[in-house]
Amino acid sequence: MSLAEGVLQIVEGSARREGFGAVRVVRLEIGELAGVEIDALRFCFDVVARGGMADGARLEIERTPGGAWCRRCAKMVPVAARLDPCPDCGTHQLQVCAGTEMRVRDLEVT
Amino acid sequence: MCATCGCGADEVRIEGSAPPLHRHADATEHAHLHDGPHTHDATIHEHDHAHDRAPRHAHACGLDATRRVQVERDILSKNDEYARSNRALFADRGIFAVNLVSSPGSGKTSLLVKTIEALRERLVVSVIEGDQQTSVDAERIRATGAPAIQVNTGKGCHLDAHMVGHAAERLALARPGVLMIENVGNLVCPAAFDLGEAHKVVVLSVTEGEDKPLKYPDMFAASDLMLLNKVDLLPYVSFDVARCLENARRVNPRIRVIPVSATTGEGLPDWIAWIEDGARHARDAMDETVARLRREIERLRAELAARGA
Repeated sequence: MSLAEGVLQIVEGSARREGFGAVRVVRLEIGELAGVEIDALRFCFDVVARGGMADGARLEIERTPGGAWCRRCAKMVPVAARLDPCPDCGTHQLQVCAGTEMRVRDLEVT
Repeated sequence: MCATCGCGADEVRIEGSAPPLHRHADATEHAHLHDGPHTHDATIHEHDHAHDRAPRHAHACGLDATRRVQVERDILSKNDEYARSNRALFADRGIFAVNLVSSPGSGKTSLLVKTIEALRERLVVSVIEGDQQTSVDAERIRATGAPAIQVNTGKGCHLDAHMVGHAAERLALARPGVLMIENVGNLVCPAAFDLGEAHKVVVLSVTEGEDKPLKYPDMFAASDLMLLNKVDLLPYVSFDVARCLENARRVNPRIRVIPVSATTGEGLPDWIAWIEDGARHARDAMDETVARLRREIERLRAELAARGA
């Protein structure tokens, strides 16, 4: 719910700066390791947006893949979940450094 | 994340005071504190109430007026801005701030009481207590003589940097000193909210189960230190310490672990030493900043004097 409110705050802030009246599409970038339930975010956004400028706006969500630095292999490796081992060496000496993004990319407005 | 638990940010109270509700033109309401000094960065504390702005461009010719607006902002950027201003406040005053996170019932408050008693002679410890309801915890802390303020989050499941900023203003933080922020008991959402702390410290008790780091990896990944509490109960519970540490390190290879017992005092000296070390760094950093500013003032004075001469 806090995330949905965060999105709405950013949308309203942009509206003040850019002077638009209604939002049709909100494009988000949510990393696969960000721990966000996408369905819950959609549901909450619909609730908090109701009656405002983003009422009925569509959320388009781009998932960015997870990546981590393996200390054993000394390179970046892909990971699908926080608890995944390194796909090459099988250890958990991993420092997650991609896939935790939670960003508003852009808006389609009228 | 709160998107998973559906908690709301309304009904926030800081120590019994009910903030007035603001009614927006679009009929939404939000609570906000406006009494007392407000030292947050003015640029992030705007209150533009024109939420009902009508479309500016009415195109009657039937053309689709849709356009794209680039935003590129982190969803939690508002919280992160408040966290930055809290962090700057703590740095200015040489305060070592710690964000204590855990599930409910891990023994955070009892541990805090023991910590304050152990540090009493050497360091001023202030406390911000986060709970959905009641000021029971703040009262327990105040009974030790330490200044404490309670934040009730209402339906909210975590503290955010804005609440902490307001609570810190009311605390009149001793300088230098230690600020312990006891977050709402919850191993999920508090992981995502930076409060401006130097470290997140996760408290896990041996009555909970050694698989918690695997079940709630985000929290253990976000923490720098894990306090394994209630170790005096190990003979009575089936808790595999080695397994627990293995799980924690699987999620966060760099996490440091200190086994403690608030009841018997076991392990507390290590935890106290960790706090004192952090407090010393915070104080040294502040002293360094003050010394640098003094040198700067001297240099500017000399420059002025040279110009005058």
